[in-house]
Amino acid sequence: MASTAETDVMMAADGVPLKIKLRRAERMRKIWALGLIAPLFIFIVGGFIVPIISLMTLSVEDPELNEALPRTAEIFSQWDGEGYPSEEAMLVFAEELSTADRGEFGRVSKRLNYDISGFKSMLKATARASDELTLLPADQILQGFIDIDDDWEDQAYWRAIKGASSAYSDYYMLWAVDLKRDGETGEIISVDEGRAVYVEVLIRTIEISFAVTILCFLMGLPIAYLLATLPTAKSNLLLILVLLPFWTSLLVRTTSWLVLLQNEGLVNDLGIWIGLWNEPLELVRNRLGVYIAMTHILLPFMVLPMFSVMKSINPWHMRAAASLGAPGWKAFLKVYMPQCMPGVGAGTLLVFILSLGYYITPALVGGPDDQMISYWIVQNMGRNANWGLGAALSLILLVLTMVMFFIYNRFVGIDNLKVN
Amino acid sequence: MKGILSISAAALSGVALIGLTSVSPAQAEDTITAASWGGAYSASQREAYYKPAAKEIDMTVLEDEWGGTLSEIRVQVDTGDYKWTVIDAETGTGLAACDEGLIAELDWDMLGGTDRFLPGSTSDCTVGTIAWATIFAYDGDHFTGDNVPMTLADFYDLEKFPGKRGLYANSPVVNIEFALMADGVPADEVFTYLRENEDEALDRAFAKMDTIKDEVVWWDSGAMAPQLLSDGEVVMTTAWNGRIYNAIVNEGQNFVIVWDGQIIDYDVWMIPMGHPDYDLGMKFIEYASRPEVMARQSQYISYGPTTYAASELINPDILQHLPTAPANLTNAVWSDTIWWADHTEELGERFQVWRSQ
Repeated sequence: MASTAETDVMMAADGVPLKIKLRRAERMRKIWALGLIAPLFIFIVGGFIVPIISLMTLSVEDPELNEALPRTAEIFSQWDGEGYPSEEAMLVFAEELSTADRGEFGRVSKRLNYDISGFKSMLKATARASDELTLLPADQILQGFIDIDDDWEDQAYWRAIKGASSAYSDYYMLWAVDLKRDGETGEIISVDEGRAVYVEVLIRTIEISFAVTILCFLMGLPIAYLLATLPTAKSNLLLILVLLPFWTSLLVRTTSWLVLLQNEGLVNDLGIWIGLWNEPLELVRNRLGVYIAMTHILLPFMVLPMFSVMKSINPWHMRAAASLGAPGWKAFLKVYMPQCMPGVGAGTLLVFILSLGYYITPALVGGPDDQMISYWIVQNMGRNANWGLGAALSLILLVLTMVMFFIYNRFVGIDNLKVN
Repeated sequence: MKGILSISAAALSGVALIGLTSVSPAQAEDTITAASWGGAYSASQREAYYKPAAKEIDMTVLEDEWGGTLSEIRVQVDTGDYKWTVIDAETGTGLAACDEGLIAELDWDMLGGTDRFLPGSTSDCTVGTIAWATIFAYDGDHFTGDNVPMTLADFYDLEKFPGKRGLYANSPVVNIEFALMADGVPADEVFTYLRENEDEALDRAFAKMDTIKDEVVWWDSGAMAPQLLSDGEVVMTTAWNGRIYNAIVNEGQNFVIVWDGQIIDYDVWMIPMGHPDYDLGMKFIEYASRPEVMARQSQYISYGPTTYAASELINPDILQHLPTAPANLTNAVWSDTIWWADHTEELGERFQVWRSQ
């Protein structure tokens, strides 16, 4: 039997079956191919996916109390939130306060201070006296707390501790949409008026992005049409003019607008000199400035996809429409525009999505009420060191972008997208 | 002090970051490392303290630069691997570090007690080294003659002095106090009022700020305040005194500083908790707090000394530009950093929301 098997199988020169030899060679090639894309793959996973996911998880974590005062977190999470927590729970709290690491304690008091301002200093005073608290008999412990600070009589403070006791919570996600859980009932309610800002910021972000997209479209359409219909030599020159700002640093372009538009800037000086207006107009550090600068910066992203699509439209179609009796505007709308749609779709989507995440331009040329969601992400991530809220806002921005993408895909179709 | 922060940020790429730079070639017995802010501020310390220390107390002071955050100290204390013997920090940072047990208590017997230092410049773990101020300034070419702003009330008076105002964007600190004083709260009662009638005082401050809100241009870095003034974007602005002084002296701007209602804060020295060279650190701080030594620093930068005795030693030409000059102190507020430590987050949020509405 062995001899027949050997004769059935084709052999390579070195006596290894050809099939196996081929498979090996195939495998080597695959490993090669994988090896070539490995750097990119590792870069995307390590530099993009992992950080984003780990950042996003911050938005649903609430770890401070659990890490610093684990037994307190455990026992408070079992309390139903009615009246005061049990004396045992208070005792555990006092004991852990007296032994807490100062650094971790600092983070807990910061977290609880988000709920009720003034909690921080109250907790600090309590921690200082916590050694004596632990010596009190169980029935006097609440009084012991109250003796340190009257506010411990207010159940809201105890409930705030319970509210921070679980390692995962919707605390920051709710905060990012101006909501919170009512301490007593656990129902979701609006935050105080003085703290409500993020819904407005979200609406403002969409509003600015929408307006910039429309402006870019209105200004970009004629430019793209002109580029597509001019002879190549002229259109190439114009194309360079469109691309030139594209190659200049975003920061430089934004700052230039600031120089041009400010009170004693070029535009105002010129306008007053010619006599168009007498007092400097407020062109910058307001919404107008944001629209001007963002439209200018994002215009190439609108023009280029439209241009590349228009370029491919056969000019005979328009002539055919004309010869069939359509007036110019009708031929443009009915024949030309539908063929442009992939370019228009790509341009608007690109501009809209880029606008959503804009930070530096509104920060430089906008006023305080023109700041978009990215500004508040930076504020919370950096200055306030409130990573939970920053992550929650980032998640909202990411979801918003994905929703826009989904809507676009639904109505225009991602297959029709033509960027170049 | 924050003015210097941004200088140091700008200089990050520069020599300062090379790290430990030996100041004195002479090898003295004792060697310590001082962390500070870099730039012009570190230069003033080098001339006033570090170089002379080699000769006068036989001590070599190496320099390093830091970012002013607690985590930089925490790493050293947790690992026991100390880079810095003494650290120059903002008052608020010093208080927080003391609370969290990151810095050691100072030997106050060695420093001669707290009474010889200006009010609020000392705590258990920190001692003031310079006094800096937030003031407001106007362009002397814009307001001339008798009709010039003299008080904080004038800063808020849009009818008498029409035009845009510059205010600090990043924090309610100082903005709140200025608004209260402009609304008629005497300088020496500002913080008592905030402590005793917090809600009323804050509502009043925000209401006062509402009155000029539409005319405000916000600045968010030390250099931007004098820039707004020289660009004519604002007719007056709040600012850190060193920045305006710099624009007047080094750039020849015709700016005028109004010292009425100035708010004084300090930079402090501190020593990391558990440092094996605590004694050397104390030796340096004691040296740097001697009146004749401390008085030198003002020759190099327009910040004032923190001891009464040093103030008396300063040349009158220089003194007039310092926050601590007697003439500038007639209506000054000493920042209550302890009150602010409790309220920074809550009011910071309220302030940012208010700004964006």
